[in-house]
Amino acid sequence: MTYLADVAALARKDLLLELRARETLPAMALFVIAALVIFHFALPSGSSDLAAEGLLWVAIVFTALLGLARAFVAEREHAVMDGLVLAPCDRSAIWLGKGLAVLGFLATVELIGLPAFAIFFHGVGARTIAGVALADVGICAVGTFVAAMAAASRTRELVLPLLFLPLAIPVVIGGVGASVVTGGNRYLGFLALYDAVFAIICWASFEYVVTE
Amino acid sequence: MVAAVALIAYYAPEDADQGLSQKIFYFHVPIALTAYACFGWGAWKALRHLWKRQPGADLESYVAIHHGVIFGAMTLITGSIWAKISWGVWWAWSSNQLVLFLVLFLFYSAYFMLRFSVDDGPQRANLCAVYALFGVALIPVSFLAIRLANDFIHPTVFTSQGPQMSDSMFLTFCVSWAAMLALASTLYRVELAGKRLDARLRELRELLA
Repeated sequence: MTYLADVAALARKDLLLELRARETLPAMALFVIAALVIFHFALPSGSSDLAAEGLLWVAIVFTALLGLARAFVAEREHAVMDGLVLAPCDRSAIWLGKGLAVLGFLATVELIGLPAFAIFFHGVGARTIAGVALADVGICAVGTFVAAMAAASRTRELVLPLLFLPLAIPVVIGGVGASVVTGGNRYLGFLALYDAVFAIICWASFEYVVTE
Repeated sequence: MVAAVALIAYYAPEDADQGLSQKIFYFHVPIALTAYACFGWGAWKALRHLWKRQPGADLESYVAIHHGVIFGAMTLITGSIWAKISWGVWWAWSSNQLVLFLVLFLFYSAYFMLRFSVDDGPQRANLCAVYALFGVALIPVSFLAIRLANDFIHPTVFTSQGPQMSDSMFLTFCVSWAAMLALASTLYRVELAGKRLDARLRELRELLA
C-alpha cells in the first residue's frame, strides 16, 4: 500500500504544481486547437474523412510531445530528481506518478480536443474514443520514460522527439486502424498489448534511468 | 564471402518470375538478418551490463548496435533497389519488412543522438542499455503493427511449412548469410579493438597529465 501511496503523492504533486502555475495545460489545449485549424487548411476540400481521422492522431501525438517536453522541467531546474531518488521509495514510483500526472493532462486536453475535432471535421465514433484512451496509456508510459532519459542528456528538447516518435509509430498505427477500419477491434487489442508490454518494461527498468 | 559471391553468381538458378534481379535476394535478406543479429547481440550485452554489471558490456553493446545500424541502412538500400527492379518503385509502403527496417533505423539512429548527448559515465551506460532493450521489444511490436496495417505484396519466403526455396537456392542463401555474419563479427571485433585502444590511450594520457 505504501507503494500506491507514494505514487499518489507524486502524481498529486505534479497536478498541484500545474493547478498553481498553469503552464502546461493551457499551452497543450491551445496547441491542439491550432493544430486542428492548420489541418483543416492542409486538407483540400474533397479530401476524405479518413484523412482527417488520421490527422487527429498526428495532433494527439504532437500534443503529448509538447506536454512530455515539460514533464521533467521542475525536476531538473530545482534538482528535485536528486531528492526523489534519495527518498525511501521504489524508483519506479517516480515513473508511475509522473506518468499518471501526464496522463491526466493529456486526457484533459483531449476532452477539449476531441469535441473540437467533432465540430471542425466530423463526429468521433466510440471505437475512436476507446482507441484514444488506450493509446494515451501507452503514450504516457513510454513518453514519461523517454522524457526522463532526455532530461539526463544535454540536448533535452532536441532528443526527446527523436526518442519518442519511433516508439510512437505502433501507437499511431493501432489508433488509426481502430478509428478507420470497420471492425477494427483487433487494433484495440493491439493497443492494449502495446500498453502492457511497454508499461512492464518501463516499470522494470526505470530505476536504471535515474540512478548510476 | 568469396564463396558466397561465386555461388550467387554461378550456382543458384535464376528465379522464374524475376530473373537475374532475384539474385539481390542473396544480399538483401542475409544483410537484414545480420542486422537483426547485431541488434539482438547489442540488447544481450545491454542486459549483461544492467544485470551483471559486466565491465565493457556497454561498449560492446554500442559497437553491436552501430553495426546493426550500418547493416540496417544497407538493407534499406538493397531493398530499395530490389523494389525498383521488381515492382518499379523505389519505395513500397506495402512491403512490411522494409517499413519495419525504416522504423528500426529511425529508432536506433536516435540511440546515437542519446549516446552523444549524455556525458560519458555510468549514467550514459545505463540509459543506452535501457534504450537498447527497448529496441528488442519494439521489433516484434512494430512488426505486428505493420503487418496489421498492411496487406501483402512482399513475397513471404519463410512460412510455417519451412523455406520455400529449392535446395541449391537455400544452400546459396545459407552460405551468403554465414558470410554476412562473418563480415559483421569481423567488423565488430575490429571496431571493438579500436575503441578499447582509444579508451586505454585516454587513460594513459590522463595518468601522464
